[in-house]
Amino acid sequence: MSMPSELFRLLDVEKAYDVGRKGGLFASGPRRRLAALDGVRLSLKAGESVAIVGESGSGKTTLLRVLLGLTSPSDGRALYREKDITLLQGEDRDRFCREVAMIYQDARGSLNPRMSILDLVAEPLDHHGLCKPSERRDRVAALLSRVGLPPEMMERYTSALSGGQVRRVAIARALASSPAVLVADEAVSGLDVSTQAQLLKLLRDLQREMGVSLLFITHDLGVAAYLCERIAVMYLGRIVETGLTKDVLSAPAHPYTRALLNAAPKFFEPIAEPLGGEIPSPIDLPPGCRFAGRCPEARDDCRASDPELVAGAPNREFACLHPLIGEPAFA
Amino acid sequence: MALALARPASAPPETPSSTPAPAPLLTVERLSLSRGEKLILDEVSFTLKRGATLGLVGESGAGKSTIALALIGLLQKPQVGLEGTMALDGSANLVDATEKDWLKLRGRRVSMIFQDASSALNPCFTVGSQLTSPLRRLLGMGAKEARGRAIDLLESVGLNDAASRLDAYPHQLSGGMQQRVMIAIALATNPELLLADEPTSALDVTIQAQIVRLILDETRKRGASCIFVLHDLALASQACDEIVVLYGGQVMEAGPSDVLLAEPLHPYTRGLKACVLELDTDELVPLPSGAPSFASKTPGCRFAPRCGNALPKCVDEKPPLETVRGRKLACWNPAA
Repeated sequence: MSMPSELFRLLDVEKAYDVGRKGGLFASGPRRRLAALDGVRLSLKAGESVAIVGESGSGKTTLLRVLLGLTSPSDGRALYREKDITLLQGEDRDRFCREVAMIYQDARGSLNPRMSILDLVAEPLDHHGLCKPSERRDRVAALLSRVGLPPEMMERYTSALSGGQVRRVAIARALASSPAVLVADEAVSGLDVSTQAQLLKLLRDLQREMGVSLLFITHDLGVAAYLCERIAVMYLGRIVETGLTKDVLSAPAHPYTRALLNAAPKFFEPIAEPLGGEIPSPIDLPPGCRFAGRCPEARDDCRASDPELVAGAPNREFACLHPLIGEPAFA
Repeated sequence: MALALARPASAPPETPSSTPAPAPLLTVERLSLSRGEKLILDEVSFTLKRGATLGLVGESGAGKSTIALALIGLLQKPQVGLEGTMALDGSANLVDATEKDWLKLRGRRVSMIFQDASSALNPCFTVGSQLTSPLRRLLGMGAKEARGRAIDLLESVGLNDAASRLDAYPHQLSGGMQQRVMIAIALATNPELLLADEPTSALDVTIQAQIVRLILDETRKRGASCIFVLHDLALASQACDEIVVLYGGQVMEAGPSDVLLAEPLHPYTRGLKACVLELDTDELVPLPSGAPSFASKTPGCRFAPRCGNALPKCVDEKPPLETVRGRKLACWNPAA
């Protein structure tokens, strides 16, 4: 079977929500389903970094909730060290909680404003019983200096910190339990470029020096390229292309990946012809490829059959009937 | 005393402009804005030609949005201290304008697109009523005429099924569609100057490209000028003819975007550019952290504490904004 080095494995995970009948509570139409995740296969090995990119509404956050065990898949299996995440109990569950750390998008909102930085960063240590009370301050000081904050800051509260500093505290807190996996949801979005650059450098150094695995959710392909070896591009609840980041971004196979690539601002190039339309509602999707409605390459068969994610090249998988591979990049 | 605010029919006021060409649409000269002890804008100067696009770039706290708010009269005396000059072509100095004066300008000659469309649109009114309101109030259209015009406007900003969208409430639209509605509202009265305060930072990249193109196309079609407040230098290089780099309310460097961003001279512009991630970026060289001081007594360059090139002089004396190699530069020790 699979190698033991795989931390996370998602096997055709589906998450569907029942959204009631069309026309309201008392209407008689058929029940409708919203497929937030629709057959996602993904694995994360120890020490690996994977970026998950896609527009809002593509299911990135639902995927993350499944990985963290906050949402159970309605079909398929989500495994951590070959055990079902939602069924973890006792020692396995403790280990999962210790080894998988999360950095939230809204760092300030994720930290209790009434706890000092010391207590916030020490909370995982206390919870898992990872250090003696006498070592607590030293451990927190070490963690803070690891993320580039002065240890004196531990007496302060988050309200006294800038946006970039709060994110550093959130990273220090995530690192406190010496995790095997860091999961980050848009951890650098909404910041100034200079602060973003500092945090990205920090995250990359941490990942390389400590060997933690990184699962990074972002909508910025530049961030993905800088931070992650592998990339998975999501569209409407499904991974449409995955592979090594540099391969995928230099020669995208899926028209959606190319569209994302074209939309990213590039110095001195004219603004590219944008992708038309918006991500459609995931309720009751039409048959065929889910991207067909916005795809400039769509042909008749795209509207009839739904492509599966298959290996199309070495280390490369994509779900497209008419992939672009072979074409020069940025065409 | 009423100020002269009409569109230029009479002779435009004397403006100390270095360009000999036609009078610029907007002239901002040594504009300072203070709140109590804090000096938020410190002698900001730039000009904007008719039909051109200007980008205000810099980190948060640089004063970008403050400039936009001052230019549309949402920051006025005596709530804030204003000094210097800001004048639209043919108008008097707007630093002295009162709310009564601004009512003649706001929405007519100058309008604004805000960062977060979902909070800038009123959730209690339909798109139609918010879009027809400037048409009826400012242009004096009747209900029927305004509705017809509103449909045209929504179509021009790329909303299909425009007639039925008029009866929708903002929450029924996606973020991209809300931003399109706001652009339609801002353009309804054919303003000469459109201020766009980070119009795409809340949107996905694919939608961002659509919206930026839409703003550029529509302003160009109308011969209007546009000021973008941006923090993305790469986007600024694509969208703007001119760029003003701000730090702590001071202009660091300003000039044509191709000249300025191809070869930035100010250490701050260089630092900002080095922070921009491109797909092939392998090494990032972040600027050291720090935030500007707004104390009105700071005599020197506000970037000096974070600057790798800083000289003792930088802290004591403010560098003048001078023309260097095709752009304006305020630096005692620019990068070679």
